[in-house]
Amino acid sequence: MTPFSYTRAEDVSDAVRLGAGDATAFLGGGTNLVDLMRETVAQPDRLVDVTGLSNAIAETADGGLLIGAAVRNTALAEHQAVRTRYPVLSRAILAGASGQIRNMATVGGNLLQRTRCTYFYDTDGSRCNKRTPGTGCDAREGFSRIHAILGASDACVATHPSDMCVALTMLEATVHIEGRDGARTLAFGDLHRLPGDRPDLDTVLSPGELITAIALPPLRFAARSTYRKVRDRASYAFALISVAAAVEMDGDRIGDVRIAFGGVAHKPWRATKVEAALRGASPTEAAFRAAAAAEFADARSLRDNAFKPELATRTLAAVLADLVKGEVA
Amino acid sequence: MSIVETAKQAVQGVMQGAMEKLVPLAPDSWIPGGRPDPLIARKHGLIGTPISRLDGALKVKGEATFAAEFRFDEMAYAALAYATIPRGRIAAVDSAAAEGAPGVVLVMTHRNAPRMNKPGVFGSSPTAVGPADLPILQDDRIHWNGQPIACVLAKTQDQADHAASLLRFTYDEEPSTTSLEGAKANGIEQGLFMGQPLLNEIGDAKAALATAPHVVDQVYRTPRHNHNPIEPHAATIAWVDGELVIHDASQMVTAQAQTIGEVFDLDLAQVRLTSPYVGGGFGSKGLWDHQIIGAAAAKLAQRPVRIALSREGVYRVVGGRSLTEQRVAIGATADGDFDALIHTGLSVMTPHNNMPEPVILGTRAAYACPNITLQVEVARMNMLANTFMRAPGEAVGTFALECSIDELAVDLGMDPVELRIRNEPDKDPTSGLAFSSRHIVEAWRSGAEQFGWADRPAVAGERRDGEWQVGMGCATGTYPYYRMPGAQARITLTREGDTVRAKIEVAAAEMGMGTSTTTAIVAAERLALPMECIEIGYGDSSIPGAIMAGGSQQTAAIGAAVIAAQNALVAELLKLAGNDSPLAGLSADEVDSKDGGLAKRDDLTRRESYASILTRAQRDSITVTEAASQPLELMRWSMHSHSAIFCEVRVNAITGETRVSRILGSFDCGRILNPKTAKSQFRGGIIMGLGMALMEETQFDERSGRIMNPSLAEYHIPVHLDVPEIDVIWTDIADPHTPMGAHGIGEIGITGVAAAVANAVYNATGKRVRDLPITLDKLM
Amino acid sequence: MSFIVNGNAVTGPADPRVSLLDHLRETLHLTGTKKGCNQGACGACTVLVDGERILSCLALAVQYDGRQITTIEGLGEAGTLHPLQTAFIEYDGFQCGYCTPGQICSAIGMAAEARRGVPSNVSANLSDNVTLTREEVQERMSGNLCRCGAHNGIIDAIQATITSERVTEVTA
Repeated sequence: MTPFSYTRAEDVSDAVRLGAGDATAFLGGGTNLVDLMRETVAQPDRLVDVTGLSNAIAETADGGLLIGAAVRNTALAEHQAVRTRYPVLSRAILAGASGQIRNMATVGGNLLQRTRCTYFYDTDGSRCNKRTPGTGCDAREGFSRIHAILGASDACVATHPSDMCVALTMLEATVHIEGRDGARTLAFGDLHRLPGDRPDLDTVLSPGELITAIALPPLRFAARSTYRKVRDRASYAFALISVAAAVEMDGDRIGDVRIAFGGVAHKPWRATKVEAALRGASPTEAAFRAAAAAEFADARSLRDNAFKPELATRTLAAVLADLVKGEVA
Repeated sequence: MSIVETAKQAVQGVMQGAMEKLVPLAPDSWIPGGRPDPLIARKHGLIGTPISRLDGALKVKGEATFAAEFRFDEMAYAALAYATIPRGRIAAVDSAAAEGAPGVVLVMTHRNAPRMNKPGVFGSSPTAVGPADLPILQDDRIHWNGQPIACVLAKTQDQADHAASLLRFTYDEEPSTTSLEGAKANGIEQGLFMGQPLLNEIGDAKAALATAPHVVDQVYRTPRHNHNPIEPHAATIAWVDGELVIHDASQMVTAQAQTIGEVFDLDLAQVRLTSPYVGGGFGSKGLWDHQIIGAAAAKLAQRPVRIALSREGVYRVVGGRSLTEQRVAIGATADGDFDALIHTGLSVMTPHNNMPEPVILGTRAAYACPNITLQVEVARMNMLANTFMRAPGEAVGTFALECSIDELAVDLGMDPVELRIRNEPDKDPTSGLAFSSRHIVEAWRSGAEQFGWADRPAVAGERRDGEWQVGMGCATGTYPYYRMPGAQARITLTREGDTVRAKIEVAAAEMGMGTSTTTAIVAAERLALPMECIEIGYGDSSIPGAIMAGGSQQTAAIGAAVIAAQNALVAELLKLAGNDSPLAGLSADEVDSKDGGLAKRDDLTRRESYASILTRAQRDSITVTEAASQPLELMRWSMHSHSAIFCEVRVNAITGETRVSRILGSFDCGRILNPKTAKSQFRGGIIMGLGMALMEETQFDERSGRIMNPSLAEYHIPVHLDVPEIDVIWTDIADPHTPMGAHGIGEIGITGVAAAVANAVYNATGKRVRDLPITLDKLM
Repeated sequence: MSFIVNGNAVTGPADPRVSLLDHLRETLHLTGTKKGCNQGACGACTVLVDGERILSCLALAVQYDGRQITTIEGLGEAGTLHPLQTAFIEYDGFQCGYCTPGQICSAIGMAAEARRGVPSNVSANLSDNVTLTREEVQERMSGNLCRCGAHNGIIDAIQATITSERVTEVTA
């Protein structure tokens, strides 16, 4: 680990002031950043500890929730309002990492965790455009089981590893941000980027900008939502494919529906084509498959991940069937 | 000729041929194990009683001291830098930034490392346990991607790690071979194991296969595996008055000290290697580059060194199991009798080691068949030296063989258990030797009943539970009984008043198998002393003899050494007892240990306690050291352990995810010494087998020769939720030809498991997966 | 900066790079907490901070100013084994013993989570009412790897000690 200085921020303005330096990083639970620093993927000069900032989960005037960025993953997953009104979010968090890591990891940090592509981590031995732009990508022709099938570029085929973010994408959360130029908000779906020719940039945040909170809007049918994750062992592994979904029935047809996929792209993937195809549709296996086919028509697979479109399609169909039957909570 | 020399030559095969001819002709009584160990007949003692680990309290309190937890004053911390090309030369090293970094004590590369001898590669002599036939930090050559090429010492680990990250190397890359196809194109060789070709030809299997009415003939593949003990490899090292002290994590304590001594031109007496606790080994906790680099750095810097490999470092420095491609072809009659059995395999190793994964070892004694062809070939590539990992050969060899038998059973419409039993041999089908102990049919019968095998779906893919397809499978596991030469035991009886305590010292290793506890149980029985009066010393090269925790042979090696030492002790005690003892005039053959002393075997009134003997002789203690007999029993009998593995799997019809819901191992491994620790060892092997079946793979990038998942996050091993409750039963039939009637049980657990899982997956889904691991994409 | 380790006030490291794990092991010589991967993938370094289980390898020690840290050495009353430690011996919940301190600390933290109703990925519903079935314990303990294969004994030991009736009793 490269030497750095450590400062604990007292409040948001303190954090934004301290975080202004070029090579400054905000430190949450450290569950990804400390590892990245140890591997010298990240080499900040200064860490600003923001775990002392808001860890509150508050009701908002519109009937949603405002979640402080320093809320720990476990605290969010176990919160009563989240469990009952946004079960997909509890489920997604509980599907990720381990009990210990969920106790450490913050909401803000979870959003900013970086890909698990092993070529990205291999600082000495592998080329990676995300780590060092312009050097090349050894993953594209290499081990690519966990890699992207949608929205990838020639420069990068990495996936975003978060489970929680898949649920937040589907719920159309809002990200609250503070920077030197003041506060702004961002639709969750706009936070993460597709790699294009700048895969080093995971998000649209400017240097020094701090995520302070996440707002969950009210969503009546989120109470009927869930998350299903498929991986290479029963627990404690990153997703090959995951699906976050919520369904509202209108008689025997689908009234409204929200879908997001994890494990398919450089960002949590809001499945707008699936949603459009299913609104007003009869909830049949054939309809689910046809909707998924629209979403994955442009999928481009690599050596090791050709199974993903079919796996995502099947998982989606199963999740939707369960939601329609009311068999998940 | 000394015992050590005899052993050397026996191992090297010089005497092997002659002995193999003579031993079968000799009377049983001349052979170790020819007369059953008297302990076998003792039915009501400690042996067979479940006993908790003697080191349990230390371990649950975190007080057991592992290699990276020893300390020396002024100790420096080491960090390594690793090559990033598979083959070539180091053209330049830029170490200025590293040397100037805070806390740095030393930057050592091939340019300034002390001159050292090349460690003898494993098997090149009885004491050689080096990883490869390569010098370490002595020249500019790169032999594998990941080779350690520099060592930084600093005052803290963080400082050392940082400085190592500042090192820059320039390479002159040379042509390399890092793909399987490339290695094959370079040439395929006959594989050798212990100096002997991995080749058996009985009858004409090819011709028999061509005419057999029922034939299965398939290729099976297994990937590279890593041991992944949770304790990363580490050593704490100091030069003390010209002697080298190494606190290591080792499963081959004395041999390792010997090889390291040879590297530094030291006598064995000048190397002290201790390894009281080993945080898991599975074949990996041997001598690799890091201990030698650490000792060299300590010598150069003139201060003690802690070298603890990072998890990535373990993958770069410590080899794993190599990949295999295996063909199994079986020709059978309509009744299921085997007429042809072909099992051939190809593995890869490096230009500098000699470890073709010996996949046919378990097949040699497996089934009766008049026509057998077995062969292992090997190709070489530029990679980290592969090595033995839990049941080398059998772990992956049984996958191919036992899947093939399942495929034949389907073809014949027979129950696979009955097919196996039908082809049970009455003697070793390749060596012709009699089996020392083989009760595999009992294991199959009792296992099938306990598991409920009769409830197996008769047709593949027919049982469903919601999303889950349910199936059952089975397979035979097997692992040989080994006993290596060189073991010694030292017994010291110490008297305090009327109480006599015994200390038994063996240069063995305890990695969690329960060795120290089992040794204490056996010693208490042999000496007729209570367990609380027994102390076991181990894990220290200053103890006489050399015992390796490998090949599942440690229990037998210790057992035979303790038998020899106890015999010597009895003789010494009879001498001390003199003419005033009730034992006067008796020879060692006539007495037995009894209730804290010795007694005439057929007249228990003639007895005297150890305390009394020592008191009369005015002695506070007595020490004997004795070497074990030569392991000639291995040439007299075909000696193996066996298992019948049953499992039930659930395969998700939507996602292809496989969960093992039930598993039972029915073992035939001689007499079980401590059921408590034995059960855990069996289960541990089975769980590693589940990992091999479903998820384990070392990702070796064939473009660069680099391991791309050097992490416990990306190399998946089973987590708690992957592991069902595992039922374990055993025949408990003593092998009359082994110490205590026991067999080592550290490796058999993993064998057969991957095949049982694959066969159950077939039964659940109708899909045959012949490439491990059975990941979900192969079942979608 | 300083924190409390097993009831004793101790000074933290000057170098902010030092992990809580290394500080415990190398400075305080509390080597019961183990380093298995140093990257949050094995759980061997699990300790309790204010009663919550965390991974000390991913924790920079400087972040824990003023916190109460309990390691394996601090469990139970002095001179006696914690009931869970006793159960690990009785049910043979280990072989090599290297992952063991992490498993035990994790199980204690896990019990506290279950007690306050934290659901898990295998919970059939997200209600407060947690029953620690075998599957629930397995899922909640899956962040602690064991390579020797003592999984059955570990879960048996935990279930024997932390049954749903007794879940309120078992603390550090």
